[in-house]
Amino acid sequence: MSDHKHKITKDPLTGAETTGHVWDDDLQEFNNPLPTWWLWAFYATIIFSIVYWIIYPSWPTNFAKRGFIEGATSISFNADSIKDGKKTVAGGEEVTVPWNTRALLAHEMQNDPNELKRNAMVKKVAGMALADVAKDPDSSAFVRAYGKGIFGDYCAACHQAGGQGVRGHYPNLVDDAWLWGGETADIETTIRKGRKGNMPAHKASLSDQQITEAANYVLSLSGEAVDAGLAASGKEIFNTKGCSGCHTPAATGMKALGAANLTDKIWTQAHVPEAETVEAKVKAVKTVISNGIQREMPAWETRLSNDEIKVLVAYIKLLSSN
Amino acid sequence: MLKHESIETNAALLIVMTLAAISIGGLVEIVPLHFIEGTVEDVRITDGPNKGKQAVRPYTPLEQLGRDIYQREGCYTCHSQMIRPFRDEALRYGHYSLAAESQYDHPFQWGSMRRGPDLARVGGKYSSAWHTKHLTQPTSVVPESIMPNYPWLSETPLDVVGLADKMSTLKMVGVPYSHTKIEFDANVEKFGEDVAKKLDINMAEKNLEAQAKLGNFDGNPDKLSEMDALVAYLQILGTMIDFSKHDEAEFVKFR
Repeated sequence: MSDHKHKITKDPLTGAETTGHVWDDDLQEFNNPLPTWWLWAFYATIIFSIVYWIIYPSWPTNFAKRGFIEGATSISFNADSIKDGKKTVAGGEEVTVPWNTRALLAHEMQNDPNELKRNAMVKKVAGMALADVAKDPDSSAFVRAYGKGIFGDYCAACHQAGGQGVRGHYPNLVDDAWLWGGETADIETTIRKGRKGNMPAHKASLSDQQITEAANYVLSLSGEAVDAGLAASGKEIFNTKGCSGCHTPAATGMKALGAANLTDKIWTQAHVPEAETVEAKVKAVKTVISNGIQREMPAWETRLSNDEIKVLVAYIKLLSSN
Repeated sequence: MLKHESIETNAALLIVMTLAAISIGGLVEIVPLHFIEGTVEDVRITDGPNKGKQAVRPYTPLEQLGRDIYQREGCYTCHSQMIRPFRDEALRYGHYSLAAESQYDHPFQWGSMRRGPDLARVGGKYSSAWHTKHLTQPTSVVPESIMPNYPWLSETPLDVVGLADKMSTLKMVGVPYSHTKIEFDANVEKFGEDVAKKLDINMAEKNLEAQAKLGNFDGNPDKLSEMDALVAYLQILGTMIDFSKHDEAEFVKFR
């Protein structure tokens, strides 16, 4: 136990003072001063914190009348202008505010060299004809790289990373068949506004026999070896029971409604290519005719800028031309 | 000069000075909060019939139950709902999250772990049919996904027992669901009449069924399943504010 009497003594060997505590009769400890370098470093941190406090600034001083010290703790960017409900990014006056991450982001989006380069390339590609993009190595490299990023973020979840789609759910983008039109303007509209595909279910309006016949006819259009008699009566149903209204009497589809071309051997809904026998193929087509199709692609105009959509169209066109 | 010894040997003085030292930390954090005008952005609808009303509203009963399922299944362990104000996040996910957007979340779902992508703006990004397919078996649409399957969501009927009590509880912690005529009128003033109707606790179950029927989120119009609620919740995330109508500078003021 320590001795409660405080007798500060001097150590005879080193001359250093002791703390005055004594344990076990003779055990004492030196009261050495803190190392000088450590002590000054400690004082330096205190001084630093006071300087930081003033400059940051969390103490209102004459330095920082508006809440910041111009250039040191402020950040500037252009506000957006909003006229008649239409927003022009960075179209407004320059504002200077105390440094913060939101202002920093706005500043970076307007000044960061990489961001400016990205913007310039997006604008450049958006203004080019598709044929010119393919010819210009810089632009096509940009479309392949940047378009892949956008496609991966927004499109791949349904159309898959390679654009091959999922049969029965999401259309293939790399074949030549386009439900809603494959022209640049068509694809652009599809991305911007989204699409709602709707084929009514026919299980209530047609008998099983009629659906079988129609399925045989549809398969015969793609050159499948189906029963000719069933296909012939199927053609009658196709033309009189409403199928031709959307798919057209020639069965080549109608892009205004997203109605598929049934003569091109491409199956986006029915699992025909996977089916091995004719019976299985008929069954696959029957499923589609019976249940109809309800598909929806979201509209992207609120998430992607017009120019970005154009880059995306160029990417999809490059994908499908490969 | 005050020697340490005199402090350390005087218990009362030691306590007083210890309290003084540690209270500095607390004061530095708490005092500034009393001098700033607000941390939650005041975001109004800029056009349409509800012009001038609050853009962010509490969840409808269906969305709220969907949110409960989101929590029950532990979605937050892999998905954050917090887009930070960085350039890479802005390019990938969209506008950074505002405090206003999670003001009616109890508890908020900001999270810090992103094994999967951030979901703060997932609303409207995919069709409801996609969500149903994806939640049932994620690899059916995203082959490289490591997300588990949640096949029971479409099969399990949505449990609406205690819905009104749930909403009343949320009301106690500040979510403006309405019980009385006065509260309803306050909501009409704040959010507009169409929204106020959705927040009426007395109409909760009716509203829930109507929204599920209209939205048909799980693709099965005959069944009110947990999938309906969860997809309804996912589809509203991050969609309440139309950022194409707001000036960036107005959000910067709140920092």
